[in-house]
Amino acid sequence: MQIPSRQRLRRVRLPRLRRRGHGLLHSAGFRFAVIYALVFGVLACTVAFSAWYTTIGLLKRQVEVVIGNDAAALNDHYDVGGMASLADAIRNRLADNPDGDGIYLLLDQVGNRVIGNVNQWPAPLNQVDAWYQLPVIRDKGESVALLRAYALPGGGQLLVGRDVRARTELRGVLRTGLLSALALMLVLGLVGAILIRALFRRTIRDIALTARAIARGDLARRVPKTGSGDEFDELADIINDMLERIGRLMDGVRQVSNAIAHDLRTPITRARTRLEDASLHARDNEELRSAIDRATLDLDDIVGVFEALLRIAEIEAGSRRAAFAEIDLAPLIADVDELYHAVAEERGLRLETSVVGPLPLLGDRQLIQQAVANLLDNALKFSPPGAAIRLAARLEERLLTITVADRGPGIAEADRSRATERFFRAESARTTSGSGLGLALVAAVAQLHGGVLRLADNQPGLKAIITLPISGDMLEVSLPGGP
Amino acid sequence: MRILVVEDDKDVAGFVVKGMREAGHTVEHADNGRDGLFLAASENFDAIILDRMLPGGIDGLRLLETLRAQDNVTPVVFLSALGQVDDRVKGLKAGGDDYLTKPFAFAELLARVEALTRRGKSDGPTTRLSVGDLEMDLLSRGVRRGGQKIDLQPREFRLLEYLMRHAGQVVTRTMLLEGVWDYHFDPQTNVIDVHVSRLRQKIDKPFELPLLHTVRNAGYMLRSEEV
Repeated sequence: MQIPSRQRLRRVRLPRLRRRGHGLLHSAGFRFAVIYALVFGVLACTVAFSAWYTTIGLLKRQVEVVIGNDAAALNDHYDVGGMASLADAIRNRLADNPDGDGIYLLLDQVGNRVIGNVNQWPAPLNQVDAWYQLPVIRDKGESVALLRAYALPGGGQLLVGRDVRARTELRGVLRTGLLSALALMLVLGLVGAILIRALFRRTIRDIALTARAIARGDLARRVPKTGSGDEFDELADIINDMLERIGRLMDGVRQVSNAIAHDLRTPITRARTRLEDASLHARDNEELRSAIDRATLDLDDIVGVFEALLRIAEIEAGSRRAAFAEIDLAPLIADVDELYHAVAEERGLRLETSVVGPLPLLGDRQLIQQAVANLLDNALKFSPPGAAIRLAARLEERLLTITVADRGPGIAEADRSRATERFFRAESARTTSGSGLGLALVAAVAQLHGGVLRLADNQPGLKAIITLPISGDMLEVSLPGGP
Repeated sequence: MRILVVEDDKDVAGFVVKGMREAGHTVEHADNGRDGLFLAASENFDAIILDRMLPGGIDGLRLLETLRAQDNVTPVVFLSALGQVDDRVKGLKAGGDDYLTKPFAFAELLARVEALTRRGKSDGPTTRLSVGDLEMDLLSRGVRRGGQKIDLQPREFRLLEYLMRHAGQVVTRTMLLEGVWDYHFDPQTNVIDVHVSRLRQKIDKPFELPLLHTVRNAGYMLRSEEV
């Protein structure tokens, strides 16, 4: 029973192995590791070979110095005592150190061997005062030596050298060592590559698993961190931040959907009740008609809410940025002021407007108009009789600010951050008309223009401040021509 | 007036056709793009009310582009559920004269269609407008009623000019916002009512016969005789 099961196992595992083998070349981790191993290998080779050359070179120079010194001492003997003294000196050296590296050969004027430990003058050595590395036959046998020949002033030639067989052997050992070290490095590099690839795979698998879980709808999943604070942890942090934001946005969407459902339920219920009531209880045509008219108005309100929502969504999508043009806010604010001035007067309020122009901006004229109009609508709605509403626009330090300040009840500090959410309505505003979308639209418009809407205490009242950055080139174009 | 309605939704089409007939117009109806194009190209209409999304292979935009390519200049009002700014711009670029988003109030549609057909008729630049004993000189920018000079602010002048150009027609608040202020959104506050009532103070109050009338559930109308 064991054999079939193993066969089955192999059959199952084989394709997977092949796929992994194929995947090795397509694995980014493996590629990185191989590239790393290659760079490391080239570097190591360079270091090894330069070490090799300097070591060998140093040894050679040392031997040369020793030979030079030795030859100089022998020449001194020759200068003092002539050929006989030189021959004695050589003989002493050979006798003192019969197994030493020193190689000597002294030839007299006619070229006969006087003394030495090599049997004959090496044939290729035909120049004096030059370095040669040649095979020599010593008393002990064949060897390799570094040699230099000197011509004696009274005729005759002196050959001084050192046996460098040990050095040659060292070179061989060094070369073998370096080559095997390189081979080992290659193997280790490959193993490292596979390990790095495995590490890569594991980390990426964590991310991939999380992404897959998110895609399947498990929004609570996060990429686990190794805790080492490395790049992968950094990446995990970034991805987790992104997931947080997506989660928040999803919550926002859910919240808005709930709010839509809730806020539209009220007017829809009202319209429906009116129509059903009229259908059941209307006594005459007049009553029926008026009920229908009022229900139609309710439906118009619902449509208005929809349109405001769609408009905010459209603004938030940012597609209207394509239609941005260079505009001057000063006449635009003046227009809005003109439109609302009469309304304010009609209600016994004062609209005090101050515009310091020009106010150049790259933006959407209609949206800015609507944003300011929305703020004024609010200010008018909440102002107590006789109060003043301030509308101001100015340019300060490359920032455009549009301020609408009223003396109404304002918004409690705790509510201010939520006031720009869709459908948010402060407790004090529950009884007034309105959809709770006005400030959300203003905030969206400010954001579209790269700015912000801030809500502050006007002591008493609400101060809404739209801050918009102006683009640099527009400032240069527009300001010199201004008054 | 002869009006062509190209609309595939039966309820909407029926409602529009009935309303237009009640307003005294002759109406033809097509429920797909192909028939609509055929009718629009082969017969004469004073205005076309055109849906954007239509069955029959030809949508509203294509229909209008084809029509304009044949030098047909019949005024066209788009009536569409596509209400984004881009959609509106596309509709006007294709040659539409006005764009109304669904859902709509019939009064708004009627007012816009009638305003368009009037605009189509007036040829050559006018220098004087008059409604009853109210006169406006567009060159000297002077307004008189019964020989009496009336002082108007620049915006009041433009508001009155718009109303006088559409005298005898219903003009909605949205039309005034768009035509006089170039605002393409509805403020929460009744800004238009306030401005119209101020204008009324100046042109109607001192006189016996009111010219500027409020039309319930629709808007305003400037006319000299009682209807």
